[in-house]
Amino acid sequence: MNIISISIKNLKRKKIRSVLTIGGVALAVAVLVSLLGFDKGYQKSLTDNIDKMGYQLLVTAKGCPYEAATMMLKGGGGLRYMEQKVYDNIRTDSRVDKISPQLVASTFDPELQKGQGGYALYMGINDDYLKLKPWAKFKSGGWFSGDDTNEVIIGFEAAEFEQRSVGDEVFIAGVGQVLKVVGIFERTGTQDDGMMFIPLKSAQRIFSLPGKLTGIGVKLKDIHQIAKFEEDLYSVPEIQIISMAQVRGTILNLVSSAKVLANAVAFIAIFIAAIGVMNTILMSVFERTQEIGISKAMGASRLDIFKFIWSETILICTLGGTIGCALAIVGSGFVEFIIKKILPYAPTGNLVSIEPKLLISALTGAVILGMASGIYPAWRASSMRPVQAIRSAE
Amino acid sequence: METVVIKTEKLTKLYKLSAEVVRAVDGVDLEIRAGEFVAIMGPSGSGKTTLLDMIGCLDAITSGKLEIMGQDVSQISESGLVNIRRGKIGFVFQDFSLLPTLTAMENVQLAPFFARQKESSATAKRLLETVGLSERARHLPRQLSGGEKQRVAIARALAVNPQFLIADEPTGHLDSKNSQTIFELLKELNDKQGLTVILATHDIGLGKQCKRIISLRDGKIQI
Repeated sequence: MNIISISIKNLKRKKIRSVLTIGGVALAVAVLVSLLGFDKGYQKSLTDNIDKMGYQLLVTAKGCPYEAATMMLKGGGGLRYMEQKVYDNIRTDSRVDKISPQLVASTFDPELQKGQGGYALYMGINDDYLKLKPWAKFKSGGWFSGDDTNEVIIGFEAAEFEQRSVGDEVFIAGVGQVLKVVGIFERTGTQDDGMMFIPLKSAQRIFSLPGKLTGIGVKLKDIHQIAKFEEDLYSVPEIQIISMAQVRGTILNLVSSAKVLANAVAFIAIFIAAIGVMNTILMSVFERTQEIGISKAMGASRLDIFKFIWSETILICTLGGTIGCALAIVGSGFVEFIIKKILPYAPTGNLVSIEPKLLISALTGAVILGMASGIYPAWRASSMRPVQAIRSAE
Repeated sequence: METVVIKTEKLTKLYKLSAEVVRAVDGVDLEIRAGEFVAIMGPSGSGKTTLLDMIGCLDAITSGKLEIMGQDVSQISESGLVNIRRGKIGFVFQDFSLLPTLTAMENVQLAPFFARQKESSATAKRLLETVGLSERARHLPRQLSGGEKQRVAIARALAVNPQFLIADEPTGHLDSKNSQTIFELLKELNDKQGLTVILATHDIGLGKQCKRIISLRDGKIQI
């Protein structure tokens, strides 16, 4: 004879009611675990993404949007250009480890997106680009044959989406040029996957932007010199410097308001679940008034009764918490899918990261929830007067 | 002379019903000795149940004096009474009052569990045998007849080895044949094991078979 086995028997008495209550707790815990897991996973993959850009600083012309997504939103416009001499100056700085000039251009292509039309992004690069991204590998083909050729290397996703393979010809709408596909990159999990790369000089020629650049990616020998390096560049007119740490912060800020809302929803779900548990147990306490009276007549103390009822709520919440954690793990893929649809900027990689630590704290939380919501029903039961309780059915 | 199990002096219980004060039990003087088989009789509302509740330490008294096994319990509050009744008093109620999720055997075992006594399945088995239900040990209350349920309840009351047994209309919900069986069982426990039994009943036929009858009317003992 022990308290747990008796509690389980009592919960089994009204199976549907118990299952619904446990389900409510499970759902609330699943939502909470998914959201907290998302928060962690999102930050991690965002950091990974930014690290994978290869540079710590991006130098751009003043007023230029530094984020490709923003550029897309603006319909591909709003790009600003700086003179290539800026690049030549920075390159000679002794603190620079690696540096890569870039020229981004976009053209409207009516053929894109199944005939609806869309912007194709081209990035002019030189050999230095690969030095900044030593992990970049070719899925097929290879590097340009010269520094001013009508050739293109396509990012993994762009190639897949447009069904391109090495040897194909790509027509650049608007400028009347044809490029030959010489290489396709492996998936990197960054924005590069959606890009078309052409030699820097070709880009300047094709898009009629001689001697112009949109950005310069810079990696310093010592990361601690970033602040000083940035400060030194402030004196150069017509440019701005964006550190990747800053970009990360900006994106996280964008997401944080959505996060607050989502967390509020999760906590409301938990609160409702707690009230559900309390209601269920309170109902079952009232139904069992007479039994509680009998138990008291047999010598059960207030504490005994309290423990009986309390263990039922804790049992419900522990079970619900366990199921909720399992649901969160199983459903994390689905949550990720939804989030990627909703968020303005979703990094690639696993957005929902559910770690053992999170699961343990969620379970602990569920048990505490059970304890809290069980106090009142247990107290009500334990303070019933035996005489009235026994005769309640008469 | 046997020891006095229960002694009351001017035992009184008042209830307030809106403006009116009801004297449910009104100055009862009573002495019950070990081994007695007492019937408390009287019409509905005569105070039988209230008297048994006080004697059984389920309810606090309003005034007067109540001694259980020589201990004055008059001043003890309702919450403190649990320590007095625990393991000393066995209860049998009119509507059987078994816990529906537990088997006959578990119901019997639950009493020592609550009474902080050593629970043993052997004792529970022996008690179910005493009440003639050893075959039904694994049955749930809903699988038992009324008479069988009441026999389980008696086994449960005995499981704590009580000083006396309070049976409040134990045959009230039973037909006459089952009533007689339950009564015979209580009588046998009284005869063979010397168990003190205090029985409240409407049934004059059963009352007459007891060693002593106490008649109550309007909360007072009729002589």
